[in-house]
Amino acid sequence: MSGIQPIGLSPATTPGPEGTRPPARARGRLRALTRRDAVVLAVMVAIPTLIQLVLVWLPTVASIVLSFFRWDGLTLGGFQFVGAANYRFVFAESPAFWPAVLHNVVWLLFLAVIGTPLGLLLAVLLDQPIRGSRIYQSIFFVPVMLSVALIGIIWQLFYSQDNGLLNSLLGTAGTPRAVDWFGNSNVNLWAALVAATWRHAGYIMILYLAGLKGVDPSLREAAALDGANARQIFFRVVFPAMAPTNVIIVVITIIESLRAFDIVYVINGATNGLELVSALVIQYLVGEGQVIGIGSAFAVVLLVISLVPIVFYLSRTFSTKER
Amino acid sequence: MTTTTTTTTGATAPARAAATTAAATRTRRGPRHLGTYLFLTVMAVMWLIPLLWAVYTSLRPKADTDRYGYFSIAGRFDLGNYFAAWNQGGFAGYFLNSTLVTIPTVLLTLFFASMMAFAVSRFSWRFNTTLLIMFTAGNLLPPQVLAAPVFELFKLTQLPYSISDSGTLLNQLFGVVAINTAFQIGFCTFVLSNYMKALPLELSEAARVDGAGVWRQYIGVVMPLTRPALAALGTLEVIFIYNDYFWPLVLIQSGDRLPITTAINNLQGQFLSNYNLLAAGAVIIVIPTLVIYLALQRQFVAGLTLGANKG
Repeated sequence: MSGIQPIGLSPATTPGPEGTRPPARARGRLRALTRRDAVVLAVMVAIPTLIQLVLVWLPTVASIVLSFFRWDGLTLGGFQFVGAANYRFVFAESPAFWPAVLHNVVWLLFLAVIGTPLGLLLAVLLDQPIRGSRIYQSIFFVPVMLSVALIGIIWQLFYSQDNGLLNSLLGTAGTPRAVDWFGNSNVNLWAALVAATWRHAGYIMILYLAGLKGVDPSLREAAALDGANARQIFFRVVFPAMAPTNVIIVVITIIESLRAFDIVYVINGATNGLELVSALVIQYLVGEGQVIGIGSAFAVVLLVISLVPIVFYLSRTFSTKER
Repeated sequence: MTTTTTTTTGATAPARAAATTAAATRTRRGPRHLGTYLFLTVMAVMWLIPLLWAVYTSLRPKADTDRYGYFSIAGRFDLGNYFAAWNQGGFAGYFLNSTLVTIPTVLLTLFFASMMAFAVSRFSWRFNTTLLIMFTAGNLLPPQVLAAPVFELFKLTQLPYSISDSGTLLNQLFGVVAINTAFQIGFCTFVLSNYMKALPLELSEAARVDGAGVWRQYIGVVMPLTRPALAALGTLEVIFIYNDYFWPLVLIQSGDRLPITTAINNLQGQFLSNYNLLAAGAVIIVIPTLVIYLALQRQFVAGLTLGANKG
């Protein structure tokens, strides 16, 4: 299996040198370096590490710290320690928090039950020797290239109550029964999820196609010789052989549903049925109040949830590697 | 998987029989593939409808859609909406801002990430895996987690007015470049380090024996061999940064400084009553991505699958 490739996708998909990885002991050792080389190397490491620490990890830690304080954000002073008060507000008083959590859960379930499986299905179908496979792939892949914000606009044209295509196709356009797909809080989450799936399925398709191409064809042939049918070959041979890709797809599905933000923010500023935890962070940051402590508490909740897929992914990726 | 492997190795006698069944399945494939084609075609049409609807709407003058309705084929078709959207929307400025953010970000990201990847993949030292894990994890965080502190950090960073007209890092395109670079370095380092690890060590060994220092090994030996990965990642990052909506939203306050993707907010408000203009604006924004896609599709897909960890 291609478990040594930490990004998971099999070596065949890597357009370049593949296969033999030099054993770790053969790698350059620092003792062998001259003083000058050691300094050069240290600088090469220090600059990116410093950027990463200052702009990614320092702010992450600051979010955690700030979530226990009240701060007006005007100067580097006036911090007032409030203990868990911000969290109490988030969990008990904030009207939007629990709806937002529910929406994030729905988002995840929708992608996990519809978006990702649809992408897998497309990949499996397009992996067969059928004519025009490349054209189909290109079509399904187009939305992956578009920004999520733009996808919001394109679907707005499609969903519009008076001028949209969908209401015209349903025969409800111009009648009182015309649905405002992005405006009606009973349906807008689902409408947004359809638009999000439009992009997500193509993304999963392309990742899975690359994974499928990397499965050793002799595995399939052997199974076919044993009399396995197409379904058995896929579920008993191909799918298990793609474990690294499967991990990536699970992680991407979870992280995408936690990161979902742009589309709901473009539609209506993530309000009225489209509240998401990621958007609450921003609303408390840019809103008039600029309640940084409370915004940070939302950010920490998001961080803690995100750590689950991140740790899962990192442990899968780096444990096979360090051996 | 193990069970399958063991059974297959023992299979010789029934192999011929199985081969016949396989051949039989192949002849039965015709109708099954018909179903596949049907399904794929229906899906492909559904996939294209939202885009084609936007293009269709954008080509029709507002007067005609007002008269015949949007769901109609009557009336004229022209590019009038595109010219109007371009002029009224201020696209030229937004595209300039996008360029000023995208190009420096991608170049800086690839430069820093390749140095880091070189150091962690070609040399073994304490903490190199720890640092690599830190870089990878950083890229997987939702950006919203760090938004508030980054905003405050940028706001409280004093800069001379000769560099920044706001006196801080806020409301400056280079602030957006900085945070995007930091956020993308993790991902690119991870991908490039995997790639560089697979390069034969003998090459840089040979260079070292010839007296090449670390920097020469990086620039002269490893980087040229990494070119395919850099091209793939570069294409991918251009699209990522061009499509970034979030950071300018948080960090840029003046509407005319926004890159095009975030400026969608302005255009939406401006063209709200005119769907034809909004559609034309949307298509204009798609065009650069589409050009890159058509020209560099293979690079883009290679970039995506090289580093499938992108969230």
